[in-house]
Amino acid sequence: MDDEIEFVSTLAERLSLRGIEADWANSAEKAFEYAEKNNYDLAVLDVKMPRIGGIELKQSLEKICEGLRFIYLTGHGSEADYRAGSAEAVHYLVKPVHIDALIEKMKETLGQ
Amino acid sequence: MALNRDSTDTVGIRFFGKVTASVTHEIKNALAVINENAGLLEDLTVMSDRGVPIDPERLKVMAKKILTQVQRVDGIVKNMNGFAHSVDEDEKCIDLAELLNLVIRLAGRHAAMRGVSLEMAPVDGAVMVTTVPFALENLVWLCLEYAMGVCGNGKRICLIPEKTTTGARIRITRLESLSAGTADPFPTERETSLSGVIGADLALDAVAGEITVTLLPKPGAAAG
Repeated sequence: MDDEIEFVSTLAERLSLRGIEADWANSAEKAFEYAEKNNYDLAVLDVKMPRIGGIELKQSLEKICEGLRFIYLTGHGSEADYRAGSAEAVHYLVKPVHIDALIEKMKETLGQ
Repeated sequence: MALNRDSTDTVGIRFFGKVTASVTHEIKNALAVINENAGLLEDLTVMSDRGVPIDPERLKVMAKKILTQVQRVDGIVKNMNGFAHSVDEDEKCIDLAELLNLVIRLAGRHAAMRGVSLEMAPVDGAVMVTTVPFALENLVWLCLEYAMGVCGNGKRICLIPEKTTTGARIRITRLESLSAGTADPFPTERETSLSGVIGADLALDAVAGEITVTLLPKPGAAAG
């Protein structure tokens, strides 16, 4: 989920090419719609989006999809920049992200 | 009013930091799009090596997406460059509409995050004024930050640069909830100190839903 449609759609396609089933959404409404219809293992969320932040979105998605795991993506200029502004800096990556690093983080988050 | 130069310098550095953080964030987002499209291009090349043909139309679309992001970054960097040059001179004769347009572009991302759109009213001719560009940009930015919290359900803020008989003024309009205010006081010492540096009068009109920054005439400088 990312408001940058060209980013999120291409990333989802590249994950699909690697055998990872991935839907994408560029709005919270769309993300909620998908979450209600599907049983996802993991959500990759942008930290800062118009009208809703990734942390707020995570809390709403957790209510819809019990047990859903999360990775944050951030456009912050550096990791220090992101850590300074977030209390939930657990599973996150800084954009632009290398897809292998993302997949590695996905496995780590899912305990694989 | 006694000016606290240290205080306005600190406010100015924070302003510069906020703008820089926002700009770098925007550049990162554009780089992320370029990165994914370059990565997809690489993926398709690997697939082609394995005998899966590449659709040339697909390549054209990806090239266009990358070019669009390059243009986006170019615009962002031009804005930042214009902003950086606003500290070149303490005082300068500027076109008020140009300055406001620059602040609107710099604040665009902040406004979008809050679901607010910023716009400029059409201007009939240049409104030239001698001012302290960086301090005025800082003051307008702080006014907009407050305005975003009091623009009501309309979520639109319109900036109007106008000539006055003695100088010029900026009207920040469509603040539907200005009378209700926010939890944060406004103006604070920051805005008052900056107004002092610029030689401006800051006023709120709750009935009209406007914040007005009136630029008072500088000795020896004529408003155009």
